[in-house]
Amino acid sequence: MKINKIILSFISAIALLLSTSVTSFAKVVGDKIILGSAISLTGKYSSNGVHTQNGYNMAVDRINSMGGVKVGGKTYKFEIIYYDDESNPKRAAQLAERLISQDGVEFMLGPYSSGLTKAIAPVTEKYGVPMVEANGASRSLFTKGYKYLFAVLAPANLYLDVAIDLAVEKNGGKPVKIAQAFEQDAFSQDVRLGILEAAERTGSKIIIDDKLPKELNDMAATLAKVKAVKPDVLVVSGHTKGALTAIRQIAEMKVDVPMLAMTHCDAAKLSKQHGKNSEYALCASQWHKTLSYKDKFFGNGMKYAADFEKEFKYDPPYQAAESSAALLVFKDAFERANSFDKKKVRDALAATNMQTFYGNIKFAPGGQNVDKPMVLFQVMCNADGSKCENKVVAPTKWASAKLIHPIPSWSKR
Amino acid sequence: MDFLIFQVPMLTLQATLDGILLGILFALIAYGMALQWGVMNIINIAQGDLVILGGYIAYFMYLWGIHPAWGVIVSPFIMYFVGVGIYKLVINKVVDRDLFISILATFGISILFMQLMNFAFGADVVLANSGYGTTMLFDNSVTLPNSKIFSAFISIVFAIGLVVYMKKSKLGRAIRATAQNARAAKILGVDTEKVYAATFGINAALCGVAGALISITFTIHPYMGLPYTIRSFMIVIVAGLGNLPGVAMSGMGLGVFEEFADYILGTEFRIGSVFLLLVLILVYRRFKLSRKREYLK
Repeated sequence: MKINKIILSFISAIALLLSTSVTSFAKVVGDKIILGSAISLTGKYSSNGVHTQNGYNMAVDRINSMGGVKVGGKTYKFEIIYYDDESNPKRAAQLAERLISQDGVEFMLGPYSSGLTKAIAPVTEKYGVPMVEANGASRSLFTKGYKYLFAVLAPANLYLDVAIDLAVEKNGGKPVKIAQAFEQDAFSQDVRLGILEAAERTGSKIIIDDKLPKELNDMAATLAKVKAVKPDVLVVSGHTKGALTAIRQIAEMKVDVPMLAMTHCDAAKLSKQHGKNSEYALCASQWHKTLSYKDKFFGNGMKYAADFEKEFKYDPPYQAAESSAALLVFKDAFERANSFDKKKVRDALAATNMQTFYGNIKFAPGGQNVDKPMVLFQVMCNADGSKCENKVVAPTKWASAKLIHPIPSWSKR
Repeated sequence: MDFLIFQVPMLTLQATLDGILLGILFALIAYGMALQWGVMNIINIAQGDLVILGGYIAYFMYLWGIHPAWGVIVSPFIMYFVGVGIYKLVINKVVDRDLFISILATFGISILFMQLMNFAFGADVVLANSGYGTTMLFDNSVTLPNSKIFSAFISIVFAIGLVVYMKKSKLGRAIRATAQNARAAKILGVDTEKVYAATFGINAALCGVAGALISITFTIHPYMGLPYTIRSFMIVIVAGLGNLPGVAMSGMGLGVFEEFADYILGTEFRIGSVFLLLVLILVYRRFKLSRKREYLK
């Protein structure tokens, strides 16, 4: 009994010691600015979580090696404390709480996905901690009146409405018939709202409006309907599994549709997994390496892609690029605020107006980036389908190839 | 719009054929579950996760440049040993306890497998391309992917093979004897421990076959197992234990039901409708049982 008591007091002493040493991890230690982030290193978002983390780390190394952040005449370096949120919103909120109240972090980087950002935002808002996030596009994040949330990416409702405009344009300005299938999650439903608005604006008609389940791996029924009613454009958004399932079954069922627009082609490695079958698919993307934006840290998109590839051995998806951009935004804001006061940094963030390799960044009062349009790329393959590339086709300003429309029918492919 | 399926007769045919092909595959998974349930009185919640694991085996063969169709031979072979391993580690400690304990144990295995697969293979959705092409009927208005036909064919081959094995082989007879009365079988010299391990292994092997077929026809993902568990549970409930033709019929019935639910209610209710059907059937069964009980009183 006595030994137990001794052990117990010993453990609590150690715990106390640890907790005090953790608390001394303040926002700025010596020449380090400590940022915090809960990120999905395990669980269902782990692959995109890792892209996000790689993007953050790459930017931290680059900024630190190129002179760091200058505040009040002194040079500081970035450092990030990561915790694994297990792709679980509840856990993410707890970790945000812990980062702020235990670890003393005063500046946060976002997690991966809209759902997790939604879980963390109320916490950062409560403590008045500025958060720059790069992977939560859901529109509902920007309508809550959050003051400390800034997103470098375009909101979800803008992902695919360009495609509808494009289809109308190709139809000689006349309204089109739209078939759409969206997963029932915050992000995809926001993409759907964007399509609804575009349809209303152009007078187009939605003739199939399916919702896809979370456990989706078969959309044969939707596609059979598409085959029967022959729409002008088919829009699919259901994360990577939606993109993969759609391409597989469209090819298998020989569904002919003049235009196919999707999200998450990048993350699904569409052309790698499906080869020539994925050809002609139009994909919404936040970023593409061929865009001609510039900054002094990464040069341009092509240089970023090459450096990223060298360090992490794969082509950067846009999730990594936008994460890197978040750090550039923080650096810029710190220097303009010339202070580590949370309120001042927040105001500097709100006044951001800059160009990065990832795109122009300027925040609306809701926190979303309004200065960077989405791009659409089309998968284009060589004759035998051994090599497929993503070429930007819209908006015209950034286009590196001409849109192929309508998609040739399967009997001719 | 919702009733497009009745306006276009070809869609009805398409849905029915899709459903039957899908149902045959479900029936194979359900058959494994029925076997295990009948012999060991264990409801295996990890059934779907074993299926997904089998799918990953075929996927990795595909990555190494082997045609994923060979997965239907390699995957059950590996999965058999996985099954026996699980039995030796966990199941043999719960096999003669009540049903609740075994459900908890297999539930735990299910979570463990999900996380391990996620850890080992990543959270990406993957698939294996068979390159089998498509069969078109009625001037291109009904399309059947050959991979689905292949899946159904292989499922039937394995199901028939297993039935024959259970009837003719020594182990098959021992399994059936144990299912009828474990104690009597033991007294008569059947090594029930071995029989249980083999049963679990055979179930895992069937899951392996089904998984390989699913990676060819659909997509796989570490967290996609549960719907397969639910479906096979449901098929077994409807058919009853030890009723093999029943399992096949209710499998196909479920497949067709799902397809029609998809057309009529929308894809979002596809899996929901399966759950709803499960509830209805359980309520109906209970109702029937309680009437029987009253009659006995």
